[in-house]
Amino acid sequence: MSSPRNWRGMPQRYRLEAAKCKKCGKVLFPPRLVCPECHGREFEPTHIGNTGKVETFTVIRVAPSGFTDQAPYAVAIVNVGDGVRILCQVADVEPEELAIGMPVKLEFRKVQSDGESGVISYGYKAVPVF
Amino acid sequence: MGRGQIDRVGIVGYGAYIPRNRIKVEEIAKVWGADAPSYKKGLMLQEKSVPGPDQDTITMAVEAARYALKRAGVGGQKVGAVYVGSESHPYAVKPSGTTVAEAIGAVPDCHCADFEFACKAGSEGMFVAMGLVKSGEIEYGLGIGADTSQGAPGDALEYSASAGAAAFLFGDKQEQIIAECHFTHSYMTDTPDFWRREYQFYPRHASRFTGEPAYFKHSLGCSQALMKKAGMKPKDFAHVVFHQPNGKFPMNVGLMQGFTREQIVTGWLSPTLGNTYSGASPIGLTAILDVAKPGEWIMMVSYGSGAGSDGFVWKVTERINAVRDLAPRTRAQLDSNRKKYLDYGTYAKFRGKIKKLAH
Repeated sequence: MSSPRNWRGMPQRYRLEAAKCKKCGKVLFPPRLVCPECHGREFEPTHIGNTGKVETFTVIRVAPSGFTDQAPYAVAIVNVGDGVRILCQVADVEPEELAIGMPVKLEFRKVQSDGESGVISYGYKAVPVF
Repeated sequence: MGRGQIDRVGIVGYGAYIPRNRIKVEEIAKVWGADAPSYKKGLMLQEKSVPGPDQDTITMAVEAARYALKRAGVGGQKVGAVYVGSESHPYAVKPSGTTVAEAIGAVPDCHCADFEFACKAGSEGMFVAMGLVKSGEIEYGLGIGADTSQGAPGDALEYSASAGAAAFLFGDKQEQIIAECHFTHSYMTDTPDFWRREYQFYPRHASRFTGEPAYFKHSLGCSQALMKKAGMKPKDFAHVVFHQPNGKFPMNVGLMQGFTREQIVTGWLSPTLGNTYSGASPIGLTAILDVAKPGEWIMMVSYGSGAGSDGFVWKVTERINAVRDLAPRTRAQLDSNRKKYLDYGTYAKFRGKIKKLAH
């Protein structure tokens, strides 16, 4: 990931910043310019929750470049409340432990790195809560 | 311009982060044909923490900092300084602290710096953050010690070099302080007992020279000067925590000064945590704060090769009881039933010890 692209996503990936539509109340993560629900264009800043439940998941066993060292790893859709579902990796879990409905929290992790000398991209990953 | 006369400063929030992975001394010794029982007995080490492939000094520092803010009930925007001490900053050029500050929402009106002084970089950050609060320059300051240290394969350090982080938020509002700082002392000389040159992957050390003229001289020198300054003796403290390069050194440096084993064990984590370098004595302090009672006195003395020690005398306040369970306790993380034991091959892969084809 290029450094500018990495930088643009920091408010969402580092601090889970979202936008709440002033017209219909829908929470958008990441924020958008136009609300897909009511086409409203005014938002107030908010944050999504840092806990949630796994809605569905898959296990990646043949990983793309940059992720091969982590295989097998899980990618899940996590419901964090307020109607928001996010797609993220699940860390600190064995594939056979994963289950729909598993409670998770979002932790700050390395997501990818632009080779050995490029910028490191940080963000959130889900980890199980036991 | 300062904020006027400061009465007393101290810790208003603290947090620790220990990764889930572990490797046992036996697993490392098996690979190198070493005698595990003698390492376990000689260094008083059983196992150590290992960072996952997606964890580094920054990720652990962020988690520890978030726990500290949560316990303090303070928002990131009020943090006027973020200092991260480590010898394993992910970048040679680019601060770790900016990422931590961004993640906790302390940007942009914030002073930030990375510290480096082998294993006492964390206590340096604490020292400076607290000093800025005391001077009245900032309202809250964050001092963090975090490391994902490397020991060369087969070297004695490989049995101890581990991963973890501790963060402390300092403030001067009396009703928020959980541990008042009453005295500090720093003690240092130019003693090259352990080092890592530019572009080198692994550190080197001077074997037994790291002991008496380095660790013991500075830890003892700082402790003695600090207790003299405070007019206190070992029996006055409920708990004491020293730097923990292995299990043996911190226990011995305490016992030889007249501290009892009971005063040492609460913050003595290295037998099952390993040496978290800049995080070592700070994480030990978090384990003490997890159980300390109001009115108890705590002495913390760090040590960093090169060499020097920072010492602090803390007095625990009533507020500790209200905040300690707002974030995960340190021993709970250390003794978690979610620990995952790695074989040496997986450990070597996670720690980047295997030379791979360049793409």
